[in-house]
Amino acid sequence: MMSGNEAVARAAWESGLALASAYPGTPSTEILEELTQYPDLNAQWAVNEKVALEVAIGAAVAGSRSLAAMKQVGVNVAADPLMSQSLAGVVGGLVLVVADDVGLSSSQNEQDTRFWGRFAHIPVMEPADAQEAFEMTKAAFDLSEKFETIVILRLTTRVCHVKSLVTVGERRPPNSEGGFTYDPNRWVLVPSTAKRRLPLQAEREKALKAESESSPLNVVEQGSDKRVGFVTSGPGYLHVKESFPDAPVLKLGLSHPAPFEIIRAFAGTVERLVVVEETEKLLETELKAEGIGCTGKDILPSNGELAPEILIPAIAKFLGEPVPVRKLAHDSSLVFPRPPTMCVGCPHLGVYYTLSKLRRQVTISGDIGCYTLGALHPWKALDTTTCMGASLTMALGLDKGRLPKDADKSVVAVIGDSTFLHMGIQGLLNLVYNKGNATVLILDNQTVGMTGGQDHPGTGKDAYGMPAPKVDFIKLIEALGVKPERIHKINPYMMPVLFKTLKDEMAIPEVSVIITDQPCVLIEDHQRFAPYTVIEEACTGCGNCLKTGCPAILVRKRETVAKNGKDQELAFVDIDISGCTGCGLCTETCGPDAIKRMMPPTKTSKEAQAHG
Amino acid sequence: MAESAITNVLLCGIGGQGVLTASEILAEAAIAAGHDVKKTEVAGMAQRGGVVTSHLRFGPKIFSPAIPPGQADVLLAFELAEGLRWISHLKPSGIALVNTMRVIPPVVSTGLFSYPVDPLADIRASGTRMVPIDAGGIAKELGNARLVNSVMLGAVAGALPFAPDSVKECLVKRFSAKKPELGVLNAQAFEAGRAAAAAGAKAA
Repeated sequence: MMSGNEAVARAAWESGLALASAYPGTPSTEILEELTQYPDLNAQWAVNEKVALEVAIGAAVAGSRSLAAMKQVGVNVAADPLMSQSLAGVVGGLVLVVADDVGLSSSQNEQDTRFWGRFAHIPVMEPADAQEAFEMTKAAFDLSEKFETIVILRLTTRVCHVKSLVTVGERRPPNSEGGFTYDPNRWVLVPSTAKRRLPLQAEREKALKAESESSPLNVVEQGSDKRVGFVTSGPGYLHVKESFPDAPVLKLGLSHPAPFEIIRAFAGTVERLVVVEETEKLLETELKAEGIGCTGKDILPSNGELAPEILIPAIAKFLGEPVPVRKLAHDSSLVFPRPPTMCVGCPHLGVYYTLSKLRRQVTISGDIGCYTLGALHPWKALDTTTCMGASLTMALGLDKGRLPKDADKSVVAVIGDSTFLHMGIQGLLNLVYNKGNATVLILDNQTVGMTGGQDHPGTGKDAYGMPAPKVDFIKLIEALGVKPERIHKINPYMMPVLFKTLKDEMAIPEVSVIITDQPCVLIEDHQRFAPYTVIEEACTGCGNCLKTGCPAILVRKRETVAKNGKDQELAFVDIDISGCTGCGLCTETCGPDAIKRMMPPTKTSKEAQAHG
Repeated sequence: MAESAITNVLLCGIGGQGVLTASEILAEAAIAAGHDVKKTEVAGMAQRGGVVTSHLRFGPKIFSPAIPPGQADVLLAFELAEGLRWISHLKPSGIALVNTMRVIPPVVSTGLFSYPVDPLADIRASGTRMVPIDAGGIAKELGNARLVNSVMLGAVAGALPFAPDSVKECLVKRFSAKKPELGVLNAQAFEAGRAAAAAGAKAA
C-alpha cells in the first residue's frame, strides 16, 4: 500500500531517475523524502523551488532523467525557468511534480497548477490515485523524452496523501547514452534563439494535441444512464464514479492539451455534458470556446474538493430532481475549534510572548512557517503574512510607506531559518541596501519545522541526513551589509534578554538582526529537561503563564473576583507533566514564583541552569 | 456494486495520538482479508496539535477515498470532544467507539472557548450506538500513555467484517519489528481494549 507521493517516488526510480530536487511543502514533501530511500540516484533539498527546477533542468539538459517537486505556491517561485525552458526544452526526461493543496489545508492560497501548463505550453497529466500516480509518472518521463519538453504531473492532496494498493515493477537503468550537446542556438536563450524556438514550441504543442487525442490516458467509460455525461480529471473522476456509478465518464489523464475531438464525440453520446474539475473553470472555458456545449462551475463550486456530498445534490438540482437532504446527528460547529498551535516548549513561544508585550509599539511583518501561528490566540503577534520571504521585503515597504499615524511604531520582521535561505537573503540585502529601518528576527530552529523537520543548508545535514557544509548565519548577514554590532544571537527561552535586545534594537534607526538559536522540539537535537509543576497554594490565578501559549499549561479552576470595584477573571493553572519539556519559559512569567521544577535537572548543562 | 459491500471507518483524534498508525494497521488487516483499500487523511498542520482524521474505506472496489458525512459504519474517536465533533459522519445504524480522555487545547485553557460539559450525553442524544472506552486510563495502567491507539484498535476490532485477531496480528507484527517486548505490550493493550469494548457494549 502506497500514498500517491510514495508511488511517484517509486515510479520515478523505476523510470531511471538520476536526480531529484525539491523544496518541502505540504502536500508534496514526502516525494523527495521517499526518493532518498532508493539507491542509485541523487535526491536533494533545494533552498527554493526556482532553484529546484533549475537544478533538474541542468540534469535533463545533460541528458539524465530528473524530477522537481513542489507544492502549488512553489510554482510561482519557479515560474521564471518554467516559462523560459519551455522554449529550449530538455533532452533527458524532466517531470515537474506539483501538489495542489485543494481545500487549503495548509497554504496561503488554493491555486490551480493546470494554468501553468497552458501558460508555459507544457503538457499536464492528472492522476486520480496512487496507482495512477505510479503509472502516469512513468508515462510522463516517456512523454517528456519523446517531445523533449518538461511535463507537469499535477497531484492534489487527495492523491498525495491517499494510500491505496499499488502494483510495482523493476528499475530501468538510467540514461547512459548521449550527453550534453553544444548548441547555443538552443540552450542560450537570447532573443534571437527564443524567437527561433517559438515556432518549434507551437509545433510541439500541435503534436502533443494529436498525442492527447490518441492517448490511452484519456479514456471513455460507457454508462447506462445517459442523462448526464461527465468530463473529469484527477480525483474528480473518483468522486464522479462514487456518486454516479451508472453515468458515462470521460476521464482525462493527459488533460492538456485537451483532446477536443474525443470530448466532442463523447458529448454526442450523452444528453448533457458536465465538466467536473478541481478547482478552476479551466477546461469548461476551453470546451465552450471550441463550441462544445457543457456546464460545470455554474452548478459546482470553484474551490475545495468536489466530493460526493457536493456533486450529488448539485447534479440532482441540475436535473430538476429532488435534492436529497441528509439529517446529521449533531452540529459539529457547536464543538470548540481545535486550530493548530505551537508545540509544548516550542522555542518560538517566548518570541511571540515578547512581541505580544510590545504590541502597541510595533508593526510585525510575518512569513510562512510554524511561526505564522504567532498570528493566533493568545499572541496575536503578526500583522501581515503574504508569501515566503515577504516578511523582509514588506518590512521595507511598511517602513518607507508609513503614514503619520504610524510614525512612532517600529517595524519588526519575523522569518524562519529555512525561509530565510529560501527567499529571505535577497529581502535582507534589499532592506540594507535601501537603508530601511527594521528589526529582523530570524527564528532559527535548525529545521523546516512546519513540514515535519527537513534539512537545509543551515542544519549541516543533507537530504540523506549526511553531514553537509553548514551556513554561518552571522557571517552571511554581515556579508549582506548588516553592521556586526547590529547582529545578535539569543537563546529565546531567556525572555528578559530577548525583550531588552529587541527594545534596544527597535530604537536604533537602521537594520538589526536578532537570531534565536534553539532547536525545534520535534527534532533530535532538542533536549528535554525535568518537567515543572505548579505549587497550588502559591498560584494566584493571574493567568500570565497562559499567555505564553504553551499547550502544557492547563486551567484547573476559574474564578471571578471583585478587585477595585471591577470583576477580575482568575485562572488557576496546572502543568501537564507528561508534555512539559522543562524549558522553563513559564517560570519567567510567574510573579508569585509558583512554578517549580519537579526534581533536580538530570543534566547540569548550562541550559538547565539558565532555565532555573 | 452494493453499497453494503463497502465498510467505512472514520478515525479521529489529535496530532500525536497515533491515529494514523492505527489507521494503517486497520488498512493492513483489510488488505489481508482480500479487500480493495483506500485511506486518506489531511496531514500538514495537524501535527501542530490540530484535529487529525483518517478515512479508511474497504470493499470489492473503492473509488473516492473520503467518507461523506453520515456514511461511516464505524467511528473510532481517540478523544472525547473529537468524538462529538465527528459523530455526524456516522450512519444512523453505525457504531461509535469513544475514548473518554479529554485533551484540552490552548483555546479552551485560555478561556476563549469551553469544552462541552458532557460530550458522551450529547453523543448519546444523537441516537447512534456508542461505547465509551477509558483508553487513557487503560494505557496508563499498562504503564505507557502511548498505548492509547492499541487499546482503541482492540476496542474496534470486534466491529469490523473480519476476524479481530487479524488486526491483532498486524499490530503485533508492526511493533515486534521494532522491539519484541513492544509487540507483547501492544498485544496486552489490544486485549484490554477488546475487553473494555465488550463490557461497554453490555452496559449500553
